[in-house]
Amino acid sequence: MVRLEADAIDPGVLLSGFCAGRQETGGVVSFTGLTRGRTDGSIVTRLSLDAYPGYTEKVMAGLENEARIRFDVQDILVVHRWGTLAVGDPIVFVAVAAEHRRVAFDAADFLMDQLKTRAPFWKKETSPDGERWIEARPQDHEDAARWTPGDTT
Amino acid sequence: MTRVIMFGALQQVAGWRERDFTVDNLGQLRAQLALEDADLAARLASPGVFAVVNQDMVRGDHPLEPDDEVAFVPPVSGG
Repeated sequence: MVRLEADAIDPGVLLSGFCAGRQETGGVVSFTGLTRGRTDGSIVTRLSLDAYPGYTEKVMAGLENEARIRFDVQDILVVHRWGTLAVGDPIVFVAVAAEHRRVAFDAADFLMDQLKTRAPFWKKETSPDGERWIEARPQDHEDAARWTPGDTT
Repeated sequence: MTRVIMFGALQQVAGWRERDFTVDNLGQLRAQLALEDADLAARLASPGVFAVVNQDMVRGDHPLEPDDEVAFVPPVSGG
């Protein structure tokens, strides 16, 4: 399941809910992305995240589907913030449940690489010097290309 | 009228986020935008910027109906 959230998210609550009541699951891997207070040495005081409600969820659901085809997972939850975030606020939460841990680690890693480079979000950082829109870094694209070179654009 | 929405840095380049246009296709829309703002049109034509019509990514020219919604989406930065 994928969700776009306008309000603050609590990774602990999301993880507890995701783990609850599982009888067949051997492992859950979760990742929480936080809003960094510094990028490339520059201070960030606030982050605004633009999204396209409807389309953003549609693309995220497609990424979830790709992960389900590629990895033998039991369940996936992706929750992504949009709007205005303060430094330290959780921005993305990904959890994957599988019978065995390796698949869950790999699927969570894959999902984060795809979200970074393909999910329709646009970040604007506010610093003491002003505002700037930022794009995925070259490293993000290299990370995403590890999974299937050439098909991640 | 076809609703046109700019996302991310494109709204800063355009100076607006949403506007309505009367056009028959995507090519006409790009041409009309180019008449008003050459910098914006160049940015919209640059690699990594895509047009999304009614929440489906489209390539090349594309017919537009009055109730359609066109979004221009620049390279993303999620996660």
